[in-house]
Amino acid sequence: MANAEKDPVSGQYTTGHEWDGIKELNTPLPRWWVIVFYITIVWAVGYCVLYPSWPTLNGYWAGTLGWHSRTQVAQEIEQAKSAKAVYLSKIQDSSLEDIVKDKDLLNFAMAGGRSVFNENCAACHGVGGVGAYGFPNLADDQWLWGGALDDIRTTITYGIRNTNPNSRQSEMPAWGGGDPLTDAQLDSLAEYVLSLSKNSTNPAVAQQGAPIFAERCSPCHGEAGEGSQAVGAPALAAGIWLYKGKSQKAEIISQIKNPKGGVMPSWTDRGLDEATIKTLAVYVHSLGGGK
Amino acid sequence: MSSKNEALVDQNSSESRKVSLYAKHSKAYPRFLNKGSFRRLKWLVTTILLAIFWITPWIRWDRGPGAASQAILLDLPGRRAYFFAIEIWPQEVYYLTGLLIIAALSLFFVSALLGRVWCGFACFQTVWTDLFVWIEQTFEGDRNRRMQRDNAPWSTDKLLRKSGTQVCWIIISLLTGWGFVLYFDNAPTLTRDLLTGQASINAYGFMALFSVFPYLLAGFAREQVCIYMCPYSRFQSAMFDEHSLIVSYEAWRGEPRGKLTGAVQGRAAAAVFDGRGHCVDCKMCVQVCPTGIDIRNGSQLACIGCALCVDACNSVMDRVGLPRGLISYDSSFNQMGRAKGETVVKTRLWRPRTFLYLALIALVGFVMAYSLSTRKTFDANVLHERSPVYVELSGNRIRNGYTLKILNMVRQDGHFRLTLEGVPDATMTIIGASGEGLSSVDLTTAPDEVGTFRLFITAPKTSLKSNKSDLTLVLTDLDSGRIVRHRNLFAGPDLE
Repeated sequence: MANAEKDPVSGQYTTGHEWDGIKELNTPLPRWWVIVFYITIVWAVGYCVLYPSWPTLNGYWAGTLGWHSRTQVAQEIEQAKSAKAVYLSKIQDSSLEDIVKDKDLLNFAMAGGRSVFNENCAACHGVGGVGAYGFPNLADDQWLWGGALDDIRTTITYGIRNTNPNSRQSEMPAWGGGDPLTDAQLDSLAEYVLSLSKNSTNPAVAQQGAPIFAERCSPCHGEAGEGSQAVGAPALAAGIWLYKGKSQKAEIISQIKNPKGGVMPSWTDRGLDEATIKTLAVYVHSLGGGK
Repeated sequence: MSSKNEALVDQNSSESRKVSLYAKHSKAYPRFLNKGSFRRLKWLVTTILLAIFWITPWIRWDRGPGAASQAILLDLPGRRAYFFAIEIWPQEVYYLTGLLIIAALSLFFVSALLGRVWCGFACFQTVWTDLFVWIEQTFEGDRNRRMQRDNAPWSTDKLLRKSGTQVCWIIISLLTGWGFVLYFDNAPTLTRDLLTGQASINAYGFMALFSVFPYLLAGFAREQVCIYMCPYSRFQSAMFDEHSLIVSYEAWRGEPRGKLTGAVQGRAAAAVFDGRGHCVDCKMCVQVCPTGIDIRNGSQLACIGCALCVDACNSVMDRVGLPRGLISYDSSFNQMGRAKGETVVKTRLWRPRTFLYLALIALVGFVMAYSLSTRKTFDANVLHERSPVYVELSGNRIRNGYTLKILNMVRQDGHFRLTLEGVPDATMTIIGASGEGLSSVDLTTAPDEVGTFRLFITAPKTSLKSNKSDLTLVLTDLDSGRIVRHRNLFAGPDLE
């Protein structure tokens, strides 16, 4: 409110405000518009009372409705769980082969398996099963313990070289240190191993390693280096290395002298149920290398 | 606006009084004068527009079994928009942009020629308000009766008349909400579901929302929408020029205005107007105005160009035997000429502004027509897998994973052949399809669907020249022979 003054040019009243001789004309806002503004303020006050709003000295005002975003999330998770339960019980009762044949179950298993994989497996095997040094790539066509659906399920269920009684077990002996293999023998053996995948740079030295390989390595790794999934012995002829380095020869020698054996936990022991492990097996199988 | 302010001042003529920054809403009581050529035009336009609104969803269009049979349908859950033979997918929403550009340019064009005829005749706010005012007048009588009755205490008569108005308003509002939701679902089944309580909460919600809008906006807010909410009145002056035909009051002829004393009959009375203006200050133009303004104050933002004051003034001019057109559709350029006593024969319609608008409308229309006529019947999207980017396989081979999506935009099975270019000896394996290591794969996509395929492409390391090779996926429609080429990459290890 201000003193009324009429502008002689426009015939309109001014608001009484003046800046350097320039006066503001009063173009009144409709009153209902202002009332709507007041209503929004009242609404905000009501909202503050009903819902969590203000910080207090030892917490916050929880609101008289008792609404909490966490409770809501918990409810939504429960709903999602019961929605998934239908599929999970079907997966529980079906064989892996039947799951892959049923388009709905397959889609569910792939999507569910993917999220379980990212949560539990990707830490070591990488997103999409890309693998890392010492952690096998799950998307290629080489498998240490078998790439069929059932093999994958067994590996996930019991793990590798852990304390579970059903865990897959094997150990590569150490061959270096002069007894029984000298450094020169190690060198020629490594060169021979490289030659199996046509990566050797010195065929003459590689040839010297052939009898050593036949005697000491072929029982597990196979005569042509094709590997054995029964004992988790990698195929050496594939050109795919679990322990891949800048100098692959040095990596091979190191492995023969001081063998490393990766450990994978048993995921039943880690709390995954049978249906979840099945979805994981289906997902891993689908990454591109499944047999 | 200034007329409203004057009304404010009248309440308290003391110059030293306090001025309120807020104006009390004074209800406009438009006098519904059901005669005159613009009134007839308004009825015609209203009838046609309302008929289009309510009839359109019922037009059927055969798209084959299982497909939507509504000619114009916005299928939001199905992600499709249908317009007769045209079917728009979400990624083609630029057609909507084109339509909106044409609509905006048409509005500019019409405004430059004829002022705010959109507001005055075709805007839904005007159409519904006009209908609601007519109902109000039908039940509660003309302007003076309505003002008297509103000030009078409640009586049975007042209650009955007011109820009649409200019932009719509510019925029309509900019909409006119903008509609106019909554009988003199959009209006959949706109507049945709405009536039997079977429709979704969304359908009821939107129907309620679009029933509340006309009830509040056309029943109560009325001119407030045009004056305070609609941005168009604020930039109308930028749309007009001196040649635009707008509702104009011939001040040079009408002023000084004055009330007519004594009976005036026929042409003989012309002498009465010697030495004074032709405006008899009957205020008919103010009474019929749906926004409650006085056009005699000149062009103003609250004028929606409905020309009802032209009809009103003409009827008065006829009665007092003066020439029509004291208020008329005229350009300010012509008005200046007339004021000087020149004879104005025609208005300049072709101006750089109108020519430019028309040229732009034609251009956008042509581009849209061209792109619609050459619209693809299918398209492909290819996503390269991000993890792993590539996989080394035994035997010195590299494999890359892709997700291929084929958009089959016709109502029949799509048959496509996929081949590769750019990487020698590259072969494909598709998950779920028979055969491995193929150089060409045939794929089928269901009618009107997106077919998704997981694709593995394998190539010998010797085919790669760097860690990123160009790979082109070539998709041929086996029915039409049309080809879509999709450039992508084939990743591999760093080569020494």
